[in-house]
Amino acid sequence: MEMFLYIALFAPLVGSMFAALFSASPKTLIAGIVPSALLFISFLASSILLAYVLKTGGSIHVEMMTWMATGDLYIPFGFMVDQVSVTMMMVVTLVSTVVHVYAIGYMSHDKAFNRFFAWLSAFVFSMMILVMSDNFAGLFIGWEGVGLCSWGLIGFWYHKEVATWAANEAFIMNRIADLGMLIGIFLVYWNTGTLQYVEAFAAMPSLETDILTWMGIFLFIGAMGKSAQFPLHTWLADAMEGPTPVSALIHAATMVTAGVYLIVRANPLYDLIPHVGLFIASLGAFVALFAASMALVNRDMKRIIAYSTLSQLGYMFVAAGLGAYWVALFHLMAHAFFKALLFLGAGNVMHAMNDELDPFKMGGLSKVMKGTFIMMTIASVALAGIFPLAGFFSKDLILEVGFIQNHYIIYTVLLFTAGLTAFYSFRLVALIFHGEERYKLFGIDPHEAYKFMLVAMTPLLLLAIIAGSLKGTYFDMVTIVLPATQYHVHSAVVYWIMTIGTQLFVIGAIAFAYKKYALSEVKVPDGTSAMENSFGYKLLKNQYYIPQFYENYLVKPYRELSLAFWKEVDMKIVDATVDGIAKAIYNTGENTRDMQNGNLSTMLKWMVAGAVGLLSLAVVFGLAVKFSSEIEFFLSTLGVQ
Amino acid sequence: MFEAVAFYLFSFLTIAMFFIAVTTSQALYALTALAAGMIFISAFFFILGADFLGAIQIVVYSGAVMALYAFGMMFFDTTRDVKEKKGNKMIIVGLGTLAAILVVVIFATPMVADNIVAFYPMTEGVGNTQDVGMVLFTKYLIPFEVAAVMLLVAMISGIVLAGKKMDLSLTLMSDAEIKDVKKEKNKKVLS
Amino acid sequence: MEIGLNHYLVLSTILFAIGLVGVMRRKNLLLLFFATEILLNSVNIAFAAISHYYGDLTGQMFAFFVIAIAASEVAVGLGLLIVWHKRHGNIDLDNMSTMRG
Repeated sequence: MEMFLYIALFAPLVGSMFAALFSASPKTLIAGIVPSALLFISFLASSILLAYVLKTGGSIHVEMMTWMATGDLYIPFGFMVDQVSVTMMMVVTLVSTVVHVYAIGYMSHDKAFNRFFAWLSAFVFSMMILVMSDNFAGLFIGWEGVGLCSWGLIGFWYHKEVATWAANEAFIMNRIADLGMLIGIFLVYWNTGTLQYVEAFAAMPSLETDILTWMGIFLFIGAMGKSAQFPLHTWLADAMEGPTPVSALIHAATMVTAGVYLIVRANPLYDLIPHVGLFIASLGAFVALFAASMALVNRDMKRIIAYSTLSQLGYMFVAAGLGAYWVALFHLMAHAFFKALLFLGAGNVMHAMNDELDPFKMGGLSKVMKGTFIMMTIASVALAGIFPLAGFFSKDLILEVGFIQNHYIIYTVLLFTAGLTAFYSFRLVALIFHGEERYKLFGIDPHEAYKFMLVAMTPLLLLAIIAGSLKGTYFDMVTIVLPATQYHVHSAVVYWIMTIGTQLFVIGAIAFAYKKYALSEVKVPDGTSAMENSFGYKLLKNQYYIPQFYENYLVKPYRELSLAFWKEVDMKIVDATVDGIAKAIYNTGENTRDMQNGNLSTMLKWMVAGAVGLLSLAVVFGLAVKFSSEIEFFLSTLGVQ
Repeated sequence: MFEAVAFYLFSFLTIAMFFIAVTTSQALYALTALAAGMIFISAFFFILGADFLGAIQIVVYSGAVMALYAFGMMFFDTTRDVKEKKGNKMIIVGLGTLAAILVVVIFATPMVADNIVAFYPMTEGVGNTQDVGMVLFTKYLIPFEVAAVMLLVAMISGIVLAGKKMDLSLTLMSDAEIKDVKKEKNKKVLS
Repeated sequence: MEIGLNHYLVLSTILFAIGLVGVMRRKNLLLLFFATEILLNSVNIAFAAISHYYGDLTGQMFAFFVIAIAASEVAVGLGLLIVWHKRHGNIDLDNMSTMRG
């Protein structure tokens, strides 16, 4: 089995290296095909591991080599495939295989085709390290690796200034959060003496609650950065500047869920500190609503989906925070499938519309793009949580968790958000695929994507439909390592009322969206309508003015401060000191040049002066030796020695 | 008493002579004063019982060195006034005085332990010259020989430097050049 | 009035100072050599005096070697001076500035 573990882990790396070989040469199809094939191999190996784990209920643990061993510190390069990590591995390898194949078509006209696959496979490798590591150090390496690859992929079109800006924003925000994460890891090591998950978690129950609380908080700060939770959320929407396959893979299915994975992985820790868990859940609920509200009015297709991702991440954190780790992981998995599908569909639409992102300029595309239309609709239905698609099972379960644990505020917020989710998802679908063909006004001639791209998307489509039915098997599997709490509403009547009520609410929201955007006449907004000038609309449109707030109250003062430090401290103190030393030496040389004027009698004079200096030293030291006892006595009266 | 009188007298004479030697603007005066000073210094050596050293002082300095200087002076035509530089004399005198005071301070402060043991004590009952000879040709034989070699080297170098055509080296010249030189010599001899 | 070692040492120092003044003051190289002779002689007095007062012949030995060195110095120095004079027609210290930095 170890062989399959190594295959699953290193196949993407080999793929990345292979593509990187071609990174400087013009587009080579093989640079896309080989990494995809290797990823498929990785996927197969992961499936075998999954089968093994399912069958035996055990886990595989290997120690590849010693990494650091100094004194008491011992960190091996160890990998662990247990029920949780194998779930993540399946999600990662499956989605990334699909995305790779899709990207062969999507990026076929891009000049940097080869470089794209090098980065993308490198990302998958980092992500595999992140989920497979058996210690915090390995996790951190993967964590930074995905951050780096994310930076490279967001800024993939580096000639666009917005793209580089967004890449840097994502990277810097993650750096801030990673500091918290690092402090958390240090705290773990400081207090438990090990970074191995098993040993560290075994040592935790004997620690003080205060320390555990700080550990939990700092680790969660790391998770907040990667999973773009408030207030570090702004980078995710901006990250949509990257190519769409990147958005599908990194910013929907895998990397942003790393934070959730961390919380799930650290469940023994968070079980000990339920108050931090409650905070996480509250923040998650807030983010769910907050992000959904911003998605309501946005006019950028990819950003809408990005906000939706943010909102769903909020759901996951609610579940994880409330202790329902398996629910969080389940929603993570289901969400990865339908959100990746949604993004890839959006990619098709973008291609068809010559990279147009405003859904108001589309409309009626269902006639031209039947395949994409069906896929996106099903993905949206799954996202909205309609029975019997994946979202229904995972998302309603989170609602139930909130309800059963008597967190009714969280429950209400999440329920309301579910309605919003349905509304904005179908607002998007309706604007893109139904109604009048507004794109004709802009002279665009849409066309369906390549066939093989659609075929590549079908596994995701299937899983988005059937993932819910896997719930039983999944539950049996992961509860071996995660707390096996069943969340059932005790009274059947309440359960049915809740379920049907939720479904009706969601369907109502969908119907409203269709009525407003598909059946009635939609005009391209030009900023004149009453709604667009209302305060609420503006607030949402400007993302609650949070980016402006960051810009004006954090970035600008920081820049001012840096400028001030540069001008006042660096130039006037540091540089001046260095220059001063240099100048002093230079001036000394300049002034003492006369000593070396070549005139021998001057030199003789200096020679005599030097002799006099040496003689005076001799006198001083001679006197000091002679009167050493007196000098010591004098110094002792002064208090020196 | 006699010793003290002699010491002060010769001290005064020596200082006066050397002072003239460094201050006078006439090179001839300086040379004469220097030679006189050398002879007066030998007086100290006689007072101190270093008869042989005193004799050497007179022979080498007043005889050989001064003669050399005298010939050198004739060569350089130093009958004209010696121009001295117009620098700040205070600095020069100040530095000299300071150095002197410092050395005096060093000697005046008995820093050196008093229990110095003589390595080569003077032998009782023998004359100074015999005594010097015994030490010089036993313990200081090698330095003595080295000094002899050094003097030889100095002599040769003096000849080479001052002599005419001494800058030509037959070993460094090619045969043709040597022939040329010989021809010139022959020409001179013939003419 | 007993004449002690210190008397001789002070005399030697005074002569040395005179020599130093000469070294710094003289511009004519020949007269500069005179000054160096004064320096060497002042040291010789100190050697002889110490030799006498400690009853040790080492001081006198060193005085001999100093005299030997002084003689060699004069021989070589005068030779060099002659060469210089042939080339430049003077033996002025201020004109020797080829070592200008």
